[in-house]
Amino acid sequence: MADEGLTALPQVGRPKREPRDKPGPLEYMRQWPLRVIVVATLVFLYAPLITLMAFSFNDSRRNIVWQGFTTDWYVKAFNNESLLQAFINSLTIAFFCTIISVILGALAAVMLWRFRFPGKTLVEGSMALPIVVPEICLGVAMLVFFARVMPWPMGLPWPLNLGAITIAHVSFAFPFVATVVRARLSSFNRELEEAAKDLGASEWRTFWDVLVPHMQPGLIAGALLAFTLSLDDFVITFFTAGPDTITFPVKVYSMLRFSVTPEVNAASTVLIVVTVILTAIGLQMQNNQSKENKA
Amino acid sequence: MTDAPVSNAPSNAPTPKPAPHVKDNAIIRFEGVTKRFGKMVAVDNVTLDIQEGEFFALLGPSGCGKTTLLRMLAGFETPTEGRILIDGKDVAALPPNKRPVNMVFQSYAVFPHMKVSDNVAYGLKMDGVDGGEIKRRVDEALELVKLGGLGVRMPDQLSGGQRQRVALARALVKRPRVLLLDEPLSALDAKLRDQMRSELTSLQEKVGITFIMVTHDQDEALAIATRCAVMHRGVLTQVASPGDLYEFPNSRFVADFVGSVNMFEGVLERDEPNEAQVRCPELGAPVYLDHGVTGARGATVWVALRPEKIEMHKRAEGSTAMKMEDAPAGTNVVPGVIRDIVYLGSETNYEIELEGGRRVKTFRSNLTRYDQEDFTWDEPVWLAWHACSPAVLLS
Repeated sequence: MADEGLTALPQVGRPKREPRDKPGPLEYMRQWPLRVIVVATLVFLYAPLITLMAFSFNDSRRNIVWQGFTTDWYVKAFNNESLLQAFINSLTIAFFCTIISVILGALAAVMLWRFRFPGKTLVEGSMALPIVVPEICLGVAMLVFFARVMPWPMGLPWPLNLGAITIAHVSFAFPFVATVVRARLSSFNRELEEAAKDLGASEWRTFWDVLVPHMQPGLIAGALLAFTLSLDDFVITFFTAGPDTITFPVKVYSMLRFSVTPEVNAASTVLIVVTVILTAIGLQMQNNQSKENKA
Repeated sequence: MTDAPVSNAPSNAPTPKPAPHVKDNAIIRFEGVTKRFGKMVAVDNVTLDIQEGEFFALLGPSGCGKTTLLRMLAGFETPTEGRILIDGKDVAALPPNKRPVNMVFQSYAVFPHMKVSDNVAYGLKMDGVDGGEIKRRVDEALELVKLGGLGVRMPDQLSGGQRQRVALARALVKRPRVLLLDEPLSALDAKLRDQMRSELTSLQEKVGITFIMVTHDQDEALAIATRCAVMHRGVLTQVASPGDLYEFPNSRFVADFVGSVNMFEGVLERDEPNEAQVRCPELGAPVYLDHGVTGARGATVWVALRPEKIEMHKRAEGSTAMKMEDAPAGTNVVPGVIRDIVYLGSETNYEIELEGGRRVKTFRSNLTRYDQEDFTWDEPVWLAWHACSPAVLLS
């Protein structure tokens, strides 16, 4: 302890805590009611997801008691050939759905932004229809459509056999792309277009050199949206999928009907991670976009 | 229609001397151009010649059709009636990308995703100019607008003034026959605006290209342009040099829009070749003019008097019976009382109430540091102006 020669230091108690000023009337985050609501919201939202992910590492066939850590279920899931095939199907469908949706959505957005024509409101409204119509109705509609009106030929080689599902996915994904791109277009300065033409650019060059670069963040955000929507979709896919065109969500559902093994947890965790990563990239793009708008 | 001799110009009115680089050669000709948007007439039967080398200003309040006129020239609008000739050729069929004119937009419209040098090079690339030539001309253009070395920057790294210079360089690099400027100074702050004003003038003299500018700011037009056209409700009201526009307006609208003015309604009582007299009830005294007015006797006319042309003299309390004989020859004098004083530093603005209750504005330069103390509120004064100062307007 202290040397003898040193004068005894005056007794110092615990350092007093800085007296915190009372929360101001508008500092809701420092008042308990809002804090309780925030915590409760987070718990209800994320507790199930975290449980699902945690139990995918559980060394037990049952999902109830924690037995120990293992990654066996992931190995098992990746060795499950039909599950893997379903995952590849899902990615393939999402890939083609994204490309077609972005092209269709961007063209629809440009048309609605650029031109006035009779029935424009009608077109605008009907574009939003796939967003608002209950998915189950859309699913049944697709089932009837592909059964009666335009039957998709059976027994086509991969990936052509996924055509029907891809078309169904495009039909509900491209309005989302159109909405995002349309919002982006509303901040476009028409003088940029006129400036390009004034400098000698044709209509086509103006579109590529000025309008497309402006739409780019919207196109990327729309593409990610279309990709995740297609990857996650269950209801519509369930009605359009044939026996040899199972997608990942549909496969997980069918596995669930027999038994709830951590293998399903592992597969779901993979899907969640893929979706979260893509959404994060999308949000980041939107962030950059709004920063650019502020500048 | 509008270049007609001004009715109230005295015989010794100065004839505007064109700037030396202005050639007598109409590079742009509007022939009876009318533009309608539905029922709205934006531009009404405009006929106008613009000479090569001019710095021409289209001046008017917002919605007067000046921008529509400019956009028709650039090719973004087509006239409903009439013809537009550039270099003697009708451009009706030419789209904007085929016209020998380039425009500097109000928002500058610098492409945000391209480097400054790529912005400037864009027009040359569209014309298929080869790479080495493009680089040389881009550097030259950036040097011209004092942006040398900033070619690698992105537009969001530039200030508003610099972005405008990019827009200028981008248009000038194409060596157009005519450069169009849409409200070029409106987005700049006051200091920068003054600087850009003189730079635009010297730039125009250097490159020798005809500039046409649209503006709602009369100071800007008077300061920069060699000739101005005032537009009002789609109609060209007057086309004249800045000096003539201010000193010899041809209508109440022009007199009021360009600068500050005191306007009195009156009746033309006498009209000789060398003098005239207008009875103005509001003034309480007739206005004498040392030049003739081409109007019918008894006609209603308006006397427009610029505030800086009114002199103010001290007056003893209650002395209103100053007779014309007491005044210096050729001078109009009326009594009044100072009601309002606005001190602006370089000058002071006074508002004087006449005996009939009408208020008159006058400016007085503060020539010494004590001038501002000469007059105070509620002080009786004489207002005097020379017989050649007022403009008599028939419409």
